[in-house]
Amino acid sequence: MAIMWWWRSALVGVVLFAAQPAVAVQPDEILKDPALEARARALSRDLRCMVCQNQSIDDSDAPLARDLRILVRERLTAGDSDPQVVDFLVDRYGEFVLLKPRFEWHTAVLWLTPAVALLAGAIALVAALRRRRATPAGIAPLTADEERRLAEMIDRPS
Amino acid sequence: MIAEVGHYALVLALALALIQSLVPLYGARTRDASLMAVAAPTALAQFGFVALSFAMLVSCYVASDFSVRNVFENSHSAMPLIYKFTSTWGNHEGSMLLWVLILALFGALVAAFGNNLPRSLKATVLSVQAWIAAAFYLFILVTSNPFLRFAPAPLEGRDLNPVLQDLGLAIHPPLLYIGYVGFSISFSFAIAALIEGRIDAAWARWMRPWMLVAWMCLTLGIAMGSYWAYYELGWGGWWFWDPVENASLMPWLVGTALLHSAVVMEKREALKVWTILLSILTFSLSLIGTFLVRSGVLTSVHAFASDPLRGIFILTILVLFIGGGLALFALRAPMLRQGGLFAPISREGALVFNNLFLTTACATVFVGTLYPLALEALTGDKISVGAPFFNATFGPLFAALLVAVPFGPLLAWKRGDLGAVAQRLSGAFVVAVVGLAATFVLEGRPLLAPLGIGLALFVIAGAVTDIVERTGLLRTPLSTVARRAGGLPRSAWGTAFAHLGLGITLLGIVGETQWGAERIVSLKPGEKITIRSYDLTFDRTVNRTGPNYTELAATFTVRRHGEVIGVMEPSKRAFAARGTATTESALMARGASQLYLSLGDVNPDGSAAIRLYYKPLVLLIWLGCVVMFIGGAFSLSDRRLRVGAPKPARVRTAMAPAE
Repeated sequence: MAIMWWWRSALVGVVLFAAQPAVAVQPDEILKDPALEARARALSRDLRCMVCQNQSIDDSDAPLARDLRILVRERLTAGDSDPQVVDFLVDRYGEFVLLKPRFEWHTAVLWLTPAVALLAGAIALVAALRRRRATPAGIAPLTADEERRLAEMIDRPS
Repeated sequence: MIAEVGHYALVLALALALIQSLVPLYGARTRDASLMAVAAPTALAQFGFVALSFAMLVSCYVASDFSVRNVFENSHSAMPLIYKFTSTWGNHEGSMLLWVLILALFGALVAAFGNNLPRSLKATVLSVQAWIAAAFYLFILVTSNPFLRFAPAPLEGRDLNPVLQDLGLAIHPPLLYIGYVGFSISFSFAIAALIEGRIDAAWARWMRPWMLVAWMCLTLGIAMGSYWAYYELGWGGWWFWDPVENASLMPWLVGTALLHSAVVMEKREALKVWTILLSILTFSLSLIGTFLVRSGVLTSVHAFASDPLRGIFILTILVLFIGGGLALFALRAPMLRQGGLFAPISREGALVFNNLFLTTACATVFVGTLYPLALEALTGDKISVGAPFFNATFGPLFAALLVAVPFGPLLAWKRGDLGAVAQRLSGAFVVAVVGLAATFVLEGRPLLAPLGIGLALFVIAGAVTDIVERTGLLRTPLSTVARRAGGLPRSAWGTAFAHLGLGITLLGIVGETQWGAERIVSLKPGEKITIRSYDLTFDRTVNRTGPNYTELAATFTVRRHGEVIGVMEPSKRAFAARGTATTESALMARGASQLYLSLGDVNPDGSAAIRLYYKPLVLLIWLGCVVMFIGGAFSLSDRRLRVGAPKPARVRTAMAPAE
C-alpha cells in the first residue's frame, strides 16, 4: 500500500512539474512599445501576487501573477494611466494587491511609525540631556585619580 | 537505538539545564561558593549531551534511517552525502536542535573561558542561560521531537526540499544561528546585572567578545543567505524584505546599536541603562524571529491557528522571556547609577545618534513586518507590506545614518568640535562630490544613483580618513606612520574596516539597483543576444542525470568584442521524489560585476525562454559584509580580549574578595 501511495504521489508530482511555468515575466508577455512596457514593469513591482508569499507579480512565476501581468498590460494598452490601472486592480482584488499600502486610517500607524519613533526618541534624548545637566550635583563625576584607579583595575592583566 | 540515545541525551540535557537554572542562582544569592561552582560543570555536561543528541540525529540522516519520521520526511537515499548531512537542520525539528546546540555551546564557552568573571556574575549568567535552554529543550521534546519513529519503516524518504539542496544550507543556518543565539549571552549578562543590581564598565568589557562574535556571525549569515537567495531563486533579487529576512535583520540592527552603546558604557560609564535595554531587546528580537519563522504565523494567521501547539508554545516562551526581562528591567533599572556626562556634539553623542537611527530603523522593519498580521487579527482587513514600503521608509533612515558614520570615530569623547572634524573630513567630502558629479555627468537623469555613489564614497573615504588621521599619514615620515599603525588599538582598525565594509556594500547596492540591465527573450539554438558589451550565443540544450535529479541545461557561449570569454550553462533540475524543480542560474563574474543567466521554459521547437541580467558591482554587496566581518574580527582581537583571557586558578582566588 505504502509503495502504491509513493508511486502515485510521484506521478502527481511529475504532472505538476510539467504544468509549472517558468520564471516570472515571459518573453511573450512583453509589449512592443518599450515606454509602455517600462511602465508595466514599474507597476508590476508594486503589485502583489496574491497567492504567493511576499512576491510581486513581477517576480512570481505563479499562473495568477501571469494573469495579472497580462491584465496590467491590457489596461495600459487600452490607454489607462498608472493610477487608473492600480485603482482598477484594487477595485477588483482589494488593497491586499498593493505591496505599498495607501496612507489611510487603518495604515496610519504603519506609515507614521518611522517618523514618530525618530521624533519621540529625539525628544526623549533632549529631555534626558537637559535633566541630567540640571542636576549634576546628584552624581559626582569621578575625579581624575579615581578614573586612573578604575582604569588600572580594569586593565590590570591579573 | 541511535535515535533513542539522541532522545534520551536531550532529556538528560533538560534535566541538567533545570539544575543549572536554579542551583547556581540560589548559590549566588546566598553567597555559597560551592553551589555557584555547580554552574560550570553542568553547563559543560549539558553541552556534551546536546552535542551527543545532535550527533545521533546526524548519524540517522547519514545512515538514511527512514524509520525515524524526521529523516523520512526530509531525506532521500540517493542524495549526495553532504546534503544528507546538512538536511539534519533543513527542517523544523532539526533546526531547533541546531539552535539549542549552539545555545549550549555558548553556555559551555562562558563556563570554560569566563574565569575572569566575578563568581556570582558567572553563576547568574549561566543560570539565566539555562532558563532559555530548558525552555527550548522542553519545546523540542514536547512539540518538535526529531527522534520519533514510526512503523513500518518506508523504503525511501521524501527527499529534502530541492531549493535547500545546496551548499548554502551548510553555511547559512549555522552562521545565522550563532548570531541569533550568541546574543543570548548578552541577554543573560543583562538579566544577571539586573538581578545583581550592579553594573559597571567592566561588565561591558566582559560581555564584549560574546556580543562581537554574535554580531560577526549574524552579519555574515545574513549576507550568505542573501547571496544564496540571489543565485538560487533565479530572478536575480538579493533582498526581498521577506518577513523571514526581516526576522534576521531586526536583531542585526539592534545588535549593531548594542555594539556601539556598549562602547560608550565601557569607555565612559554612560548609557548603562540603555545598553541593558538593548541587550534584552536584541535577544528578544532573535526570539521573535524564531517565533515568526518557526510557528507558521507568517504563511497566514489561519495556518497558525490550525496547528497552534508549536506557535503557542514559542509564544509562551516569548512572553516569559521578553515580558520577564522587560519587567525586571523596569523594576531594577532605576537603581543603576548613571555615569559620565557628555555634550551633544561628542563621540558619545554620535553613538547615541547611531542608536537612535538604528532602533528607529528596526522599529520600522518590526512594524512593517507585523502590521499586516496585527491588522488582520484586529479588523479583518487584509493588506500587504512589501519591498516598496520598506524602500520608502527604511531607505531614507539608513541614508541619514550613513551620512553621520564618518563623523563618529573622528569626534572626541565628552566634547567634540564638529567644525574641526568636518575640516578633517574635507578630503572625504571632495572624493564624494567628485564621485557624485562624475556619476551625474556620465549617467544623467536618475538622481538617486549619483547621490548613492556620493554617499558610499563618503563613507569609504571617511573610514580611510580615520586611519590616515590616526597614523598621521601624509603628515609624518613613513617610519612614524608604521609605528603608529602598529600601535593603534585593534578596535580602531575594527571600526575603520566595519565602516569601510558598510560603504562597499552601499556601492554594490547602488550599482546593482541603478545601472543593471535585463533581457527577457525567447531564443532558438544558434541565436544571439547582446547585453551591454557582451554577446551570448545559445548553442544547444543537454539532458543530464544527477544523483537524485534530472537536468535540462542550456549552453551559451559568451563573447566580448568578438572574443570568447567563457561558457554559461543555466539549467532546470527536476527532482522526482518531491516532484519539484529548481532553476540553477549561471553566473559569470566580471570584476565586481556579474552576468546572470537563468533558464525558463524550453519549447518543443527548441526555443528557450531566458532571463539575462547584467549586474554592475553586485559582488560588492556581499564583499562589504565580509569586510564588516573582518572589522569585527579585528575588534575581537583587541587587547581587551587578551586582558580578559582565562587566568590561572591562583590569581582567580585572589580576585574573588574584590567582588
